Formats: sequence, C-alpha cells, structure tokens
Amino acid sequence: MVINATGMNYRALNEKIRCLTGSGEGEIILEGINGQRYIADGIKAAALITIKGTPGNDLGAFMDGPGITVLGNCQDGTGNTMSGGSIAVHGDAGDIVGHSMRGGRIYIKGNAGYRVGIHMKSYENLDPVIIIGGSVQDFAGEYMAGGTLVVLGEGNPKPAGNYIGTGMHGGIIAVKGKVEDFQLGGEARKNGMDEQSWNRVFPLLNEYCGIFSLDARSFSRDMFTVLCPITHRPYGRMYAY
Amino acid sequence: MAKRPVLQDFVVERDESRCVACQACVRMCSNDVHSYDPETNKVESDSAKCVGCHFCESFCPTKAINIKRSASQFRENANWQYRDIANLVKQAETGGVLLTGMGCDRPYPVYWDHILLNASQVTNPSIDPLREPMELRTYIGRRPDRIQWTVDSGQWTANKKQSSSIQHPASSIQSLLKLEIPIMFSAMSYGSISYNTCVSLARAAREIGTFWNTGEGGLHPDLYEFGKNTIVQVASGRFGVHKDYLETASAIEIKIGQGAKPGIGGHLPGEKVTGDISRTRMIPEGTDALSPAPHHDIYSIEDLKQLIFALKEATRYSKPVGVKIAAVHNVAPIASGVVRAGADYVAIDGLRGGTGAAPLTIRDNVGIPIELAIAAVDTRLREEGIRNQASLIAAGGFRNSADVIKAIALGADTVYIATSALVALGCNLCQKCYTGKCNWGIATQDPYLTKRLNPEIGTQRLVNLLRAWSLEIKEMLGGMGINAIESLRGNREHLRGVGLSDTELRILGIKAAGESW
Repeated sequence: MVINATGMNYRALNEKIRCLTGSGEGEIILEGINGQRYIADGIKAAALITIKGTPGNDLGAFMDGPGITVLGNCQDGTGNTMSGGSIAVHGDAGDIVGHSMRGGRIYIKGNAGYRVGIHMKSYENLDPVIIIGGSVQDFAGEYMAGGTLVVLGEGNPKPAGNYIGTGMHGGIIAVKGKVEDFQLGGEARKNGMDEQSWNRVFPLLNEYCGIFSLDARSFSRDMFTVLCPITHRPYGRMYAY
Repeated sequence: MAKRPVLQDFVVERDESRCVACQACVRMCSNDVHSYDPETNKVESDSAKCVGCHFCESFCPTKAINIKRSASQFRENANWQYRDIANLVKQAETGGVLLTGMGCDRPYPVYWDHILLNASQVTNPSIDPLREPMELRTYIGRRPDRIQWTVDSGQWTANKKQSSSIQHPASSIQSLLKLEIPIMFSAMSYGSISYNTCVSLARAAREIGTFWNTGEGGLHPDLYEFGKNTIVQVASGRFGVHKDYLETASAIEIKIGQGAKPGIGGHLPGEKVTGDISRTRMIPEGTDALSPAPHHDIYSIEDLKQLIFALKEATRYSKPVGVKIAAVHNVAPIASGVVRAGADYVAIDGLRGGTGAAPLTIRDNVGIPIELAIAAVDTRLREEGIRNQASLIAAGGFRNSADVIKAIALGADTVYIATSALVALGCNLCQKCYTGKCNWGIATQDPYLTKRLNPEIGTQRLVNLLRAWSLEIKEMLGGMGINAIESLRGNREHLRGVGLSDTELRILGIKAAGESW
C-alpha cells in the first residue's frame, strides 16, 4: 500500500498507518514524507514500512514489531523507548537514537548525533542493538543498562565524541578505531574485543552489512575497542546509610 | 582517635515483669534489635539498631515493650541540634550522602494550619449533607475553550478559541478522568512499596471510584485488571513503559519532578531489583535501576510537548496525558509552559511530599510548600486564560480532609495522597523506607515482611479513610452553603489566613481572618 504523505499532518498520517497495520496490511510505502513526527509510534504489528523522505522526531517511539526502512535522513528521537522491530536508516540520524530502547534493532548508515543509545537496556530475551555506520557525538551509551551499541565511524577520523558510557551499568559499546581514555565516561572501562563479544557483534555487523550492501568481511576483531561497565552498581557506594 | 559512642535514636524499654520471653519480637524485627539468650532465658534489645517503627511495641502480646526517643547523647545547643551532630558523625564515618524516606520533617510553616474555612450563618443557610445530596464528583482533564450547539447535527461540540494562537490539534475533546471523590493515590512504584501495598491501593481506588498511580516502577501483570483506575507514569528511566502499559491505563503521567527531591533522579539499588521487580520494570535483575535527573529527550517545553504527543499518538488520543512537577520557585511559569505544551493535567508535588528514598539534604531544603504553589499556579493560569486547558492536582503531605478542602478552595482540582495512605496501612513514619526493611510490610520486598500487609485489610482501611474524609468534606461544604465541590474550586473567598504576613496572604490570594467580603 502506497501513501502519498505530501502536506499531510502527522496525526492523519499516523492514524492511516495504524488503520492499515491494524487490518493486517503487511507492507506500507510512505512517499513525500517531510518532517511528520511519530511515524509508527506505538504500533504493535509486523508490518514493513518504507519511508521516502525525512521523517520527523520520535520515529518508531514505543513501537513493538514493525520493520521500518528510511530512504533518507532521520531527525531526533528515532526509536524512543521502542520494544521491538527494526529501523534501518539509509542516511544520518539526529540526537538520542534509541533512547531507553529495550528491544529491536536500529541501523543507521550515516552519522548520528548526541546521546545515542542513552539508557538502553536489555530484559529477559529482549536485547536491543544499535549500529551507527558513521560517527556519534558526546554521551553515547550514557546510563546504558544493556544491549549492544556499535559505532563504525566510517568517513570520520574520530568515531565517537566524549563522555562515552557515562553512568553505564550494563551492555557493551564497540567502537571501530581508537578511543582515548579522556573520551570515556567515569563508569566505563576499555577492553579489547574478546571472543565472546565478537561472537555477539559480528552476526549483527553481518546483518547490518546485508541491509546496506556492505562487506562484513572488511571488519575484524582487532579493529574494535570495546567499552564495558565497571560495575552493575555504579552508584552503590554513594550513600551513608 | 577516641571513638564516638554508637548513635542511638531510640531506647527500647522492656518491662521484665511482663515479658514472657516468647520471642515474638525477636522474630518480627527486621532490624535485628531483639535477641534471645537461652542461658538467662531472657530477651535482650540492642537499642542502637531501633528505627522507631513501633512494630514490636504494637504486636507484643504482653505489652512489655515501650519504644522511647533516646535522650541526647550529645552536648546540644541552639545551633547544633541532635540531628545535626548525629548526621555529621554518620558522614564522617562513611563519606556518603545521607538518605532518608518520607516527606520533609523540618519545621517550615504548614500553611494549612494558618488557613481557616468559612461557614454560613443566617444569610446564606448551610446545607445539611445528611438530608441533601452533596456532589464530590470531579473530572480531570482538558476542558474546551467553549461549547457550541450545532443545530444541524443536534450535538454539542467543543471548539477552540478562534483567536487562540496556540493550537492543540489533538485535544479538542478529551476523555476526562472521573473521580467520585477529589482524592487520588499518588505515585509510588512497585519496588519502593510492596506488591501487597500496590494491590491495596488499586483495589481501594476501584472500590471508591478514584485512581492509583504506578509511579515509575511499571505495572505488575496481575494488576492490569485495575487499568480503569490506574494512572501510569513515564519517568526518565522509562521503566516498564511499553505499548500495553500505556494502553491499559486510564491516564498517563510524565514524571518530571517529585516534591521530596526536585531536580534529582532516583536510584533503586540493585539488591532490590528482584525477579518480580525486574519483570515489572523490564530491566535486568540485580542491576541498579537508575532514573536520571532529567528526561534525556526533554530539554525544553517544546521537547515536553513532543513527549506528550508521542504518548497521545501511541494511545490514539484516548486518554489524558498529565505532567507531574515539583513545586519549585518558578513553579507558576513552569506550569504555564506545561499546560501550553499540551498537558491535560499538571500535578504539583510540594515540599512535604514523600519519597521511598531521597538525599536528606535535598528533601529538607529544596522546593516550596504546596499551599503557595497551588495558589501561584492557579492564579497564573487564570491570568493567562488557560486554566480550563488543564486540571491542577496538588500533592505533598495532605494529612486530613481539611487540608484537602483548603487545597481545592485555593484552586486545586483534586489532590494526591500517599503518606496518609501508607499511615492508614500501618506506617509509623520512621523514615527508613530506603532500607527495604519495613516492618509493616509496606516499603520492602522481603517476602517475610510483605506478608504482614494483608491486602484485604489494607483495602478496607484505605476505603475507610477515603470514606471518612469524604463525609467530612461534605460536612464542611454543607456548612459553607455549597452542595458541590465544583463550586468551591478556586473559591478563595471561603478561606481566611491567620498569623500570615501580607506577602503570604497576597501569594495565597486570601484575606486575613476578620476581613469581610
């Protein structure tokens, strides 16, 4: 089903998408998207949604199931608090990609902004994944409590900003290239990519490369710096009684 | 260095002539105060461990135990009181932030105790609520700017002001929350309080026809059946927030701040994140549950608007989305911004609002009393002509029905109570909620302790409390010659201040006692 969203208000557009996914529509193509917010917000269905243009903030917020492909760039809040499904962006994304995300996958081909993967968390069999092909800005993986955040840094000599993993208490962050000590937040520590982490990251890279027609074999373990939480209880010793 | 004596806030007195060494106190105390010595066949008590919860005293079968405040061990003076010295010693020993529970206990003015209600005499006869119907029903949510009768369709429709520059495309008519009494249970998360406490609150809310609030701890799967009486919170950690959670609730509350700890986040320590809590919050077992101080997607009123509408979109505009803020110095303009962002209600939590855990220095020094905040916000929203766009919920230390009715006369639509509800369930305000050792089975997850709160009895006690308060409110309303709480809302002529400065009277918007209309 193709919807031409040119000039359409986000509320009307999203209601249309909800009606379609609710009645079992498996594939929706949105054309002429130009800043409409909240696309696929809170949708719990397995529909494939292709977006042509630039969706607005909070794309896929609270969503649980849809597979979204964006042929363009994204704005802020992509995958905010999402529980499941996937978002693949063939361009750049703004700030707070995957804020508090607890399941599903977000793959960004280009760069992303500040606070990527902030407060993402895993839970039982839910294990969220974010892969950013380009660079990320400061505070990536802040308060991270689970899941996997991979930064490939393509086309940028400095893959990540500063304060990476501040307050981190779960999950792993894998950055291709070098991360200086001063770039780390106080609650993260640097590791090499061990066998176990690579076994977790490589299949995801493979999937990522499949989506964007890249070659996963160009990645090897020794290219990555892995950041892990120092403890699961970062602030456990702050209190007197 | 010479060692300080062990701090001892309470003294456990045991009447040996009554004690039969049954050891009930030994088994019941979660703080291990009492111990049995088989050689002497006596029960001993270590007063230094006592938190003053009075549980053992209440349940001692022979009434042999008496808990008293300890006489000071320090050389106090007017500047250096016991608590100052004791807290300083604790910090010198641990190097840590002092934690506490419940609301601010410092002697700041309680304005409720300086505000008096009116009653009718002769000219406007009072109403007898025993004979005549009294209306306490309250609706929470956004009201349209005007209502218009369309002849063609024969239906009432709500319209925005044509001239209004602020557009809320989604919110012309909302479903409102319907409360049978203007009192709801304030946010307390599963994790900070026990499952049985949550059940008691939820059942009581259903029975009375009001609402309870999940706090930021998620909604336990077994409590989804109470969805019609549930407000769910979306806080900065987004714990337990998912599609079904939003769907099940009758309203969604974005938690920005809390009266006991304005401006800071919360840490639920990892040891409290047990299997059931982990499932409800949807976070890994045993790791700290960290709620950051700000929402990391909210840095402005525009960002708040974005989250409000993300939640409205996710629930198809079917329910109110409110915002809870702490009462701080700039509360009136902040509330105005919140309303303009599209919130259907603003909940304001005052200085004396409770908490399961907060740094002592924050709880006792940050924020302003709820009385001043209600008046300031209600005045501001009226001045700006947007009071109809959102309901005002007041929270923070409501102790009785008079506090409630005064809050409504000041301008609140309804109030949230939490500390009062816990006191009804047995709480003795020992302020040790953060230890997880609550002997009353309220602020704990220890199954041995949580069983002490029977949810059937808990529900009944909460229902009793709300029934009693509503009867009293009706009596006071009738005395004022008013038969519906709606007519008292923001009706500050029914209030008079005693012992207040001109500035306080001005902010409260009330006259001094003795001044006529």
